Amino acid sequence: MSDEHDGRPPDGSLPPESTLPGDANEPEGFSRRAFLKGAGLAVSTGVISTEGLLETAQAAPAAPGNVAGPGPGPITLNINGKKHSLQVEPRVTLLDALRDYLDITGSKKVCDRATCGACTVMLDGKAVYSCTVLAIDAQNYEITTIEGLAAEGELSPVSAAFVEHDAQQCGFCTPGFVMAVTAFLKRHPHPSYEDVTNGLGGNLCRCGTYMGVREAALEAAKRISAGRA
Amino acid sequence: MADYKWPAADKRYLIGKSFTRLDGPAKSSGRAKYAYDANRPAMCHGKMVFSPHAHAKIKSIDTAAAEKMPGVRAVVVMFDVGKEVLWQGQEIVALAADTEEQARDAARAVKIEYEVLPHLVGDVAPEKAGSDHIQAGSEAKEGDPDGAMKSAEVTVEGTYGAAVITHCCMESHGQAAEWNGEKLTVWASSQNVTGIAGELSKALNVPASNVETITQYMGGGFGSKFGADTWGPACAKLSQKAGRPVKMMLERDQELMEAGARPSIYAKVKAGAKKDGTLVAWDSESWGTAGPQSGGNPPIPYVMRAPNRRTKHTAVLTNTGPGRAWRAPNHPQCCVITMGALDDLAAAIPMDPLDFFLKNLEFSGQQAKSYREELLKTAEMIDWKKKWHPRGQLQPGPVQRGLGLSIHTWGGGGHQSNCNCTIHPDGSVEIAIGTQDLGTGTRTIMAIVAGETFGLPISAIQVNIGDSKYPASGASGGSTTVGGVSAATRRATVNALNELLARVAPALNAKPEELEAWDGRIRVAADPSRSMSWQQACAKMGATPIAASGQRTLDLISSGVGGAQMAEVTVDMETGVVRVEQIVAAQDCGLILNMKTAESQVYGALIMGVTYALYEEKLMDEQTGRCLNPDMEFYKLAGLADIGRFKVHMMTGPGYDERGVIGLGEPPVVSPGAAISNAVANAIGVRVPTIPITPAKVLAALESAPAARRA
Repeated sequence: MSDEHDGRPPDGSLPPESTLPGDANEPEGFSRRAFLKGAGLAVSTGVISTEGLLETAQAAPAAPGNVAGPGPGPITLNINGKKHSLQVEPRVTLLDALRDYLDITGSKKVCDRATCGACTVMLDGKAVYSCTVLAIDAQNYEITTIEGLAAEGELSPVSAAFVEHDAQQCGFCTPGFVMAVTAFLKRHPHPSYEDVTNGLGGNLCRCGTYMGVREAALEAAKRISAGRA
Repeated sequence: MADYKWPAADKRYLIGKSFTRLDGPAKSSGRAKYAYDANRPAMCHGKMVFSPHAHAKIKSIDTAAAEKMPGVRAVVVMFDVGKEVLWQGQEIVALAADTEEQARDAARAVKIEYEVLPHLVGDVAPEKAGSDHIQAGSEAKEGDPDGAMKSAEVTVEGTYGAAVITHCCMESHGQAAEWNGEKLTVWASSQNVTGIAGELSKALNVPASNVETITQYMGGGFGSKFGADTWGPACAKLSQKAGRPVKMMLERDQELMEAGARPSIYAKVKAGAKKDGTLVAWDSESWGTAGPQSGGNPPIPYVMRAPNRRTKHTAVLTNTGPGRAWRAPNHPQCCVITMGALDDLAAAIPMDPLDFFLKNLEFSGQQAKSYREELLKTAEMIDWKKKWHPRGQLQPGPVQRGLGLSIHTWGGGGHQSNCNCTIHPDGSVEIAIGTQDLGTGTRTIMAIVAGETFGLPISAIQVNIGDSKYPASGASGGSTTVGGVSAATRRATVNALNELLARVAPALNAKPEELEAWDGRIRVAADPSRSMSWQQACAKMGATPIAASGQRTLDLISSGVGGAQMAEVTVDMETGVVRVEQIVAAQDCGLILNMKTAESQVYGALIMGVTYALYEEKLMDEQTGRCLNPDMEFYKLAGLADIGRFKVHMMTGPGYDERGVIGLGEPPVVSPGAAISNAVANAIGVRVPTIPITPAKVLAALESAPAARRA
């Protein structure tokens, strides 16, 4: 996905980039432009402006196809290149859908409020907090979880660098960090020490593995570019 | 024949080198399965209902509506009507439903009537707490504190302390439970996989032999996960009632309200010295809260035991989640208090604190020699003599730079531990201990010890841990795991090797005692040309594997370590924002088994130290009795951009190695708060009395001591 793309899925729902882990270098995640576009969309369908709301209320006949819930409904998620059909209530987050409904448990539930980044996955290559994306909104995206970075028994360059630089202790924040670093390096293939320090602020660790994370991110950047050359 | 004792430096095959952790690939690829990840067939999700009040009598509990909610399969009342809850977050009802969403809805449908009672949640001094809320602690006197204080040429008085923080483990507390007939299996996030099996068996009245607990991986404990807690048995009961497996993990709010707190400790201190810097007297009155119970008697003064001293402690009992052991219980708080007061004393003399500490190391006890080496090492690492300036010497501009130091200690030793070792005829090797790897690298050091004994790479060792069916081992607390498991592994593997050597000796035309295992071969020590490969040797044992066991013995381990740390900070006098520029650490822990994970322990401790020194505090609202920040947005942990740079030096070689293995998890986390606090005082010329050192506290300290501000 290019930086120009606002990430809005074809069905016009709000983009989930508002849940992008913080990137002080390039605040493209929660972009004002994307928000306004989304709001503009909402205005046109009468959610924000009171005038529009009245109009919508008068126009009443709600198309049932556009209304989800409150009970479970069918959704399809494209995860790591494979389509999964499941029944979830509309309030189910992408994180809970992955963990509770599909047994894809690499993404961890920690703060459950878009603070710590342990649940980080990629939607169309961009890092998002899956605890703050609804599963129904994650349809039509290519979802990549940590399990999708490499086949079982193999390690992605970022995961391998985490092992080598001991960027993990208890390991519970590690998958989220690996995803954040992977997404970060896509946008910043040649980061400086400061880039890494400032750009990976959207993930938290309790054991204190940041020394290793910084080294692993820099090392992985080198390996990835060497692999490309 | 192999000997139990650790090999000398020139005879080490693996010990002391750097190894990446064995479970690193599983963790960094997301394949490692934690308790939170346990998904069993037809599993239900458990939720707890907890008290919103800090202190209340339970008048009634009505679960009828909740039981009728969609998907609900079991409800367990965890608390008796008529009894009092003593903190917000105390668990009252547990229930299980088909989905997590249904369980959450059902939890809301539970009706509990409370008679709200008066509470105290504030982290206040004893005189403000009221007599119902205080409990006298220890009082001690050594030498002649009054006489010595009178004769002291320089004295300082001040209040120092550390606020209540939480453990905030990334993986919350909890477990999944599954019954198979009479047998119970529990996947728990635990620091005590062997011990909680027994605890669950007792609580549920099930034979211990029918309970298996599993902790293959766990997402942080730091001292908060030793027990099965009330939710362990409740989860098993839910599972029994539901006839299905149940997973019940604490949600973040409950986790922060009640599943781990480091007690606060504050002290009013008076300390005295001679003009030449000799420490002569200490007098302190300390207090703090560990929730509704006492947090124990704190070790004040810490490390530097002034020859004449008086101490008194009072516990303040509050309606907050009970304190739990937090990585080096009571040490970080007492370190902030003691090192802060001594740093102020040095400044009052005035004297460079490095010289002051070096001069007074005789009061640090048996470890004085290593403290001296560590202080000199860290001084060299941070270039102390060049960078240090007297307190209050302010530079032009709002940003001030300062240096601070601290020293610390911890015990270690090794808990009781048993290891089984099997050598198979095909040459493969298994070792098993009912221990757990908290992220310290326990798996890896077991493989290093076994590989050392057998002359094999760590990849050749199958390490089995994290299951109560393996030989019993202690809880991972007090930095006792590495001592316990390494000693047990050494003895089990040496026993197994000696049996192998006895069996292959005839084929090498030698006596067993002439043989050694080295680099994948069994050879005659005096004539290495007479040898056979490990595989060939194992093939000679026939069809039956060699099975041997070993127990921890004290000859392989030791207790009592020290370390020194120095911090460099910058402080913006206009905003009050403190930045840690760097911390350097020198740490001893006896014989180091894996240099890489040892260093990681220290780096991690320094980062955790920055976090508690500057950001962390469990904030309680006296008006409502509630926790104001039971989430990770407002309960602050440092991020990557907040931490500065670190240098770590592990003390090794003569004087350290021969002590045997000593634990490392706790000691390095003790000093950062004190070193940072002292660096801030050095930078701005005035003490910020308590940690966390928030911008507001920095500005308040500057305000209260206008003389310290730039003219």
